[in-house]
Amino acid sequence: MKKIIKYVTADILRNKIVLAYTVLLLIISFSVFALQDDASKGMLSLLNITLLIVPLMSVIFSAIYIYNSAEFIELLVSQPLKRKSIWLSLFYGLAAALSIAYFIGAGIPIIIYQPSATGFIMLGAGIILSIIFVAIALLAAVLTRDKAKGIGITILLWLYFALIFDGLILFILFQFEDYPLDKFMVFTSAFNPVDLCRILILLRMDVSALMGYTGAIFKDFFGSQTGSFVAVTVLLLWVIIPVWLSMKKFKKKDL
Amino acid sequence: MIIASNLTKRFGKLKALDDVSVNFMKGECIALMGPNGSGKTTLIKSILGMVVPDSGFITFNDKNILRDWQYRRHIGYMPQIGRYPENMTIGQVIAMIKDIRSPYNTAFDEELIESFGLNAMLKKRMRTLSGGTRQKVSASLAFLFNTDVLILDEPTAGLDPVASEILKEKIKAQIKKGRLVIITSHILSDLDELVTQVIYMQEGKLLFHKNINILRNETGQQKLARAIVSVMHNQRS
Repeated sequence: MKKIIKYVTADILRNKIVLAYTVLLLIISFSVFALQDDASKGMLSLLNITLLIVPLMSVIFSAIYIYNSAEFIELLVSQPLKRKSIWLSLFYGLAAALSIAYFIGAGIPIIIYQPSATGFIMLGAGIILSIIFVAIALLAAVLTRDKAKGIGITILLWLYFALIFDGLILFILFQFEDYPLDKFMVFTSAFNPVDLCRILILLRMDVSALMGYTGAIFKDFFGSQTGSFVAVTVLLLWVIIPVWLSMKKFKKKDL
Repeated sequence: MIIASNLTKRFGKLKALDDVSVNFMKGECIALMGPNGSGKTTLIKSILGMVVPDSGFITFNDKNILRDWQYRRHIGYMPQIGRYPENMTIGQVIAMIKDIRSPYNTAFDEELIESFGLNAMLKKRMRTLSGGTRQKVSASLAFLFNTDVLILDEPTAGLDPVASEILKEKIKAQIKKGRLVIITSHILSDLDELVTQVIYMQEGKLLFHKNINILRNETGQQKLARAIVSVMHNQRS
């Protein structure tokens, strides 16, 4: 397994996109912190980048990488190797490359300008989102043989998590505004890792005062120890379930 | 050594394998023949675990291969179309496969790499290679580990006559060492001197599996090509 991870990582590094992504994140992060004197305003800008660009980059790069490695996978499958370790190595390689990219690109500026609990939560959120979207890409790529279709699906999934989900929530909120939906909102946030991360970070910032009564409920739940434990578990499940499903599928896939 | 029982595999509506049962023994050289799309490659890929049959099972040295992967260390496989990571060089591919298999196979047989002249182009990237050179890489990798079983899918297709001769000599030497060699090909003349058993497949079904001498006696033909044609002819009438 170690050997395959080594070859996968070497292969990812050889194609310089991840390197470019790291540099891009570095430039953005340093510039948002340098533009304002108030580091917490910089954090707010960085939050939006973490929640939009990081998932997009992870999901598309991983999906394209899996499709382009079809030959590599085919070659490995005919060798004395477990399919499970081939698939997990691809996952580990991609997850490691993209999390390290986020750690260097956004983590270092955060540690320099905002070495607070909020900063570290943001760093953790960015890394876990990178990994979650690698897992989602793996699942999409194993389910569809056609490359264009698979990449299309990953883009739609990203749109769903980044935009459509919020739209749906707003729609439900306005339709049922006469009912108490606050507990329901806490529950639905589990179905979107991007939203979950957004809530976890926003609650730590001053702007959470603007979130009104629902914000208070969120703070009540996610501020508690059980709440943060539940949130982390849910995020981990967002990694484990797609990886597990994709592996099950990959084990039976004809190559 | 390898036993397949009642293998069935569908790709959508197409039955690629239809209740195929077959037995491969040590020291045999088996020609797997049949028209295009008759299920030869699917059978081979099932043995390698690259295709999972819908029903039926395969055993390798009396062990079911379904959840096993270790057995593949005894197999050298040359695919019909060798697909390799495009931006790796020949040298990197060979080194990688060696590295992956190094816990099991340590004695390398690099004769083919030398006689195909691959040593001179180890730095060439896979994407720049011609079809024939790819085939040479595939063949070199298949023979690299002194494995007990060699599975060669259309080995001579795309090779120039010189390389093709080198490969045939190599196959012959392996048979002499008592290894099991499975070759698919529809170019019949390629196989005449090598084969001991003939399997003929059509539309996913196994039509016959015979010793070549028996086949020659039955049909009265010395040449494999003529013998096959004569069998096909008899079956139609």
